[in-house]
Amino acid sequence: MIERTPLLNALTHFLLLIALVLSILPIYIVFVASTHDLQTVNKVPMPLWPGDHMFENYQYVWNKAKFGEKLLNSLIVATAVTIGKITIAALSAYSIVYFRYRFRMFFFWLIFITLMLPLEVRIVPTYAVAADVLQPFRLIFEGLGFAIALPEINLLNTYAGLILPLVATATGTFLYRQFFMTIPDELAEAAKMDGAGPWRFLIDILLPLSRTNMAALATIMFVYAWNQYLWPLLITTNPARATATMYLQKLVPGPAFGQPPVWNEAMAGTLLVMAPPLLVVIFMQRWFVRGLISTDK
Amino acid sequence: MDKRVTFANLWLASALIAPQLLLVFVFFYWPASQAVYWAFTTQPPFGGGNEWIGFENFRAIFTDRVYWNSVSVSLIFSALTTALSLSMGLLMALLVDRRLKGYSVYRFLYFWPYAIAAPAVGLAFRFIFAPEAGILSAINTFYPNLWNPALKGGDALALIVFANSWKMVAYNFIFFLAGLQSIPRSLIEAAALDGASVVRRVRDIQLPLLAPTFFFLLMVNITESFVDSFGIVDITTGGGPARATDIMVYKIFSDGFKGLDYSMAAAQSLVLMFLVISLTFIQFRFVERRIHYT
Repeated sequence: MIERTPLLNALTHFLLLIALVLSILPIYIVFVASTHDLQTVNKVPMPLWPGDHMFENYQYVWNKAKFGEKLLNSLIVATAVTIGKITIAALSAYSIVYFRYRFRMFFFWLIFITLMLPLEVRIVPTYAVAADVLQPFRLIFEGLGFAIALPEINLLNTYAGLILPLVATATGTFLYRQFFMTIPDELAEAAKMDGAGPWRFLIDILLPLSRTNMAALATIMFVYAWNQYLWPLLITTNPARATATMYLQKLVPGPAFGQPPVWNEAMAGTLLVMAPPLLVVIFMQRWFVRGLISTDK
Repeated sequence: MDKRVTFANLWLASALIAPQLLLVFVFFYWPASQAVYWAFTTQPPFGGGNEWIGFENFRAIFTDRVYWNSVSVSLIFSALTTALSLSMGLLMALLVDRRLKGYSVYRFLYFWPYAIAAPAVGLAFRFIFAPEAGILSAINTFYPNLWNPALKGGDALALIVFANSWKMVAYNFIFFLAGLQSIPRSLIEAAALDGASVVRRVRDIQLPLLAPTFFFLLMVNITESFVDSFGIVDITTGGGPARATDIMVYKIFSDGFKGLDYSMAAAQSLVLMFLVISLTFIQFRFVERRIHYT
């Protein structure tokens, strides 16, 4: 569209620039702070140009604070949540859309409702379940009058405990369902006519078609799982199972203590936690935006 | 809505859906029902089963001034972050949607903050706004103690509002931009031919057509500020100073896991669940119906 609005254009550019500075400056400051020694970083105001202590700060955080191990844990958890979610959601959506049985819609709603209550608001009882996963079944059996001795399985301080509750939401199921509904019936009809069973249809036709959905779901699930804070904070007391995001709070003394944090090291840790999801978003931008918009809406 | 062609293998169908239902049952429905049970019971001090006490826990929290403080802090926090991040996100989306030179660079960079974990955002902002180091401390050299989130409640609240808004602006921007891009270009061009200025087109075409996106984001932002802000609060202010940033989620956490009072924490969880569900319900029932898409 050709339109001459020089004044408005100048204003637009100006505001766009301010918004850009506001969006990116905090990330930049974290980076700059992580490259100075303690004395420089505590100067008021802090220099806005990177210093030359970057290597030692990161080395300290990586080795001494054992951040490498925590980053690996985060990577394991985030990857497992992503894969688990993609698989389980695809299977359950397939069952709901492509089979006809009595409780189908009931199951769908049962799963769908979980979207309403995030983990944070039911955190206390979820913790109790994680401490003894088979407890619900034991109590139900007891209530029914069976005496079956189920073992106590404690998920605190385990990868399973970090992963499973994050997989137990409806985000992906809903996304797949919406997508499966748009696939023309003729496709299933043709597949059936050619003698393909339900497995064959799923593996050879449906899943290859859902590739874009999977990519979108994978990016947002990875970022979501990596950024989890409250849940890992609760269930890991053993530092060997701590995730990087949760371990950030160990790098700084709590706000209650008067002692000022060692800022350059804290910022190096912050940057290490920020980087992986940021990279995912930068390189998978298209999928990320797509995933975000189609799962939330 | 149903598929015309379906498969008949019922065993397979149940096997496919079983893992999801199992997870949802163990980690969602069971804990949620436990929360209800705990909210209406109390644990005797010397062990033994829970005792049914009806609404006693709720009476206790609703007569507690500390609880009402946390409710009002949550409401203020929620109102401020929602207003700030919605208006900024909308403005940025409108500006980018003008598609002047270089707009794709802005579009690319504006949503970075959303990828960053809440505690990392919190820590970054705690540094930038620290009273003794960082950037904003510069004003303290001119006016000593003008800014100190470690001591002043208002400053601490401002700090978590900024941090949470910074993250949410990016999210709102993505949705507003997607909403703007779904408005047919021909509509805007027709208005331009009729002589409507840029501002006029924003006011009379783009904003009204963004209404569904706006209400959707309103609900998401309120929910998010009630629930997801835990990471930011925990690492920047820890609910302090003097409970000035003690939002509801944070209080549940500190009562349940620091105070080890499960019944009280469960009662508070239930109130929060009720709030979040009502918001979702409003979004589904009310907003989706009243607002028409093009």
